Amino acid sequence: MAALHELERAYAKARRDPAFQRELRELLTQYAGRPTPLYYAKRLSQALGGRRIYLKREDLLHTGAHKINNTLGQGLLARRMGKHRIIAETGAGQHGVATATVAALLGFECEVFMGEEDMQRQALNVVRMRLLGARVTPVTGGTKTLKDATSEAIRNWVTTVRTTHYCIGSVVGPHPYPMLVRDFQSVIGREARQQILKAEHRLPDVLLACVGGGSNAIGLFHAFRDDRRVRLIGVEAGGTSLTPGHHAATLVKGRPGVLHGAKSLLLQDRVGQVLATESISAGLDYPGVGPEHAYYQLTKRAEYVAVDDTRALRAAQQLARLEGILPALEPSHALAYLARLAPRLRRHAVVVLGLSGRGDKDVQTMAQRLMSTSNGTPARHI
Amino acid sequence: MERLRATFNRLRRSRRAVLIPFVMGGDPDLATTASLLLALQDAGADVIEVGIPFSDPLADGPTIQAASARALRRGATPSRVLEAIASVQAQLRVPIVCLSYWNPIMQFGSDGSPRSFLQAAHAHGVSGLIVPDVPVEEGRVLQDAAAQERIATIFLAAPTSPPNRLRAIARASQGFVYYVSVTGTTGARHALPDDLVRGIRQLKRMTTKPVCVGFGIATPAQAATVARIADGVIVGSALVQTIAAASSRDDAVQRASRFVKRLRSAVG
Repeated sequence: MAALHELERAYAKARRDPAFQRELRELLTQYAGRPTPLYYAKRLSQALGGRRIYLKREDLLHTGAHKINNTLGQGLLARRMGKHRIIAETGAGQHGVATATVAALLGFECEVFMGEEDMQRQALNVVRMRLLGARVTPVTGGTKTLKDATSEAIRNWVTTVRTTHYCIGSVVGPHPYPMLVRDFQSVIGREARQQILKAEHRLPDVLLACVGGGSNAIGLFHAFRDDRRVRLIGVEAGGTSLTPGHHAATLVKGRPGVLHGAKSLLLQDRVGQVLATESISAGLDYPGVGPEHAYYQLTKRAEYVAVDDTRALRAAQQLARLEGILPALEPSHALAYLARLAPRLRRHAVVVLGLSGRGDKDVQTMAQRLMSTSNGTPARHI
Repeated sequence: MERLRATFNRLRRSRRAVLIPFVMGGDPDLATTASLLLALQDAGADVIEVGIPFSDPLADGPTIQAASARALRRGATPSRVLEAIASVQAQLRVPIVCLSYWNPIMQFGSDGSPRSFLQAAHAHGVSGLIVPDVPVEEGRVLQDAAAQERIATIFLAAPTSPPNRLRAIARASQGFVYYVSVTGTTGARHALPDDLVRGIRQLKRMTTKPVCVGFGIATPAQAATVARIADGVIVGSALVQTIAAASSRDDAVQRASRFVKRLRSAVG
């Protein structure tokens, strides 16, 4: 608790400090590559019957996903607090890579906790983190995925709290993390709002983003939260089916609960044990969700839906072929839902979709899946 | 709560430190837990702490994580653990303190409040409750509901807690204050931290309530050291390891009993 109070105070000060904001802005521009384009996806738009689809290209950021927005902010904060070691949990490895990157940039020691199963399915990112000088510690407890990596990072943090900052990767965990991460990610929506007003001279009809913990979705939604006419839709991982243990659709299927120091919705059994989750995308494979999403759902400000593995995979392929953009499997869930939603939207509807990351890390997973569904002869099908 | 207070008062008068062994409810199974409670009482435990297994035990190291997972695999649930306690209630003279994470407590009733759990705990003979993931700042709901059922709420104080927090923790704790000896999770350690004595003394200056120390105390010698400065000693992981290493249920009870006897004679 003392460390959370320290973080809360440090952040409250940094937030108002022009020097902190300037340094963060400079790093986001010069180092990470902001602003990211809001790209009008013409061929995808045509394929979806003329609805105007814009992609917010967070996949073009340094390290390949939106995660760097947050790790740069938290890295600068950690330096202000005098910490010299930074730890993180990671699922798909994107947040781990973004943390390792910032640790290298700012000269911190870095340790990333990653579920053993995720280390296998995202092997490439494990190598990337190690190349960046981080130690990657396998987590063998529980489900061996993001949930247990988060638990292990918290356990390590309470042990090393005097020297270490815990750089959490999503809008989850105890206060002030959900707020802090949202603030660092909300640059996505601020840019997108300006860009769409410039391109279309009006606000979009719909915003779409995938939701695991929910950082890229909150980042996109936040600047539009008071634009009541803009529909906000979060897309969760439906896994292989919406039966307990086979998906990660917390907002669709969860009940209120407490995990990792936050009260939100939670996938759990009758007596409150947290359920295992399943998803083709390691980054969405989490049984909790950011409390602000639960609030948006409760107040009906946003809608939440789920898309299964197969559809997400198909959507990734579709975007690759139509636009020459290979998306990560996480935003592919949002792309898949877009395909279902588009016919129900009015003809000239404007949609902004958060393309939170690129698909390089998922090539191995995609290859395995596509091979197994086409009798080992991938050439024609892929 | 009364039973807990009476125990501490009695031991304070006789200037003995309170010995509090911890077992995970349902590890290796619920019947063994019931036998363990009686055996540990006979071996010299003054209070027994019983863990309610949880899928995500954040404050626990590998030993208790594994025990929790074993108990869940064998079908332990919060209500079954309470039933195991109740099954030997008639023979138990020592107070039982449960340790549970917040979520199973919240889910026990249908309204998300801890009331149902606390009612059941009281009805099954539980005197106190430790919830490691409820900090004192968020403890109001828990404290109010516990007070109604006359269950003592015990909060955790850490070496990193600043003085004003330590004071709040001491104020909110009933029965005793739980001082966490290490910055970190539960688990046996080779050596006690250097600043432990200073930390305990600091807390004891702030409160007249008994201060019990846990996390990382593994051997009779360590327990004896702590007993000289604190009002009580909590031994968890080392005992859980002893139980896990046993070859049968009977062996588990015998080994646990022997270990607690050694702790007892070391603590005095």
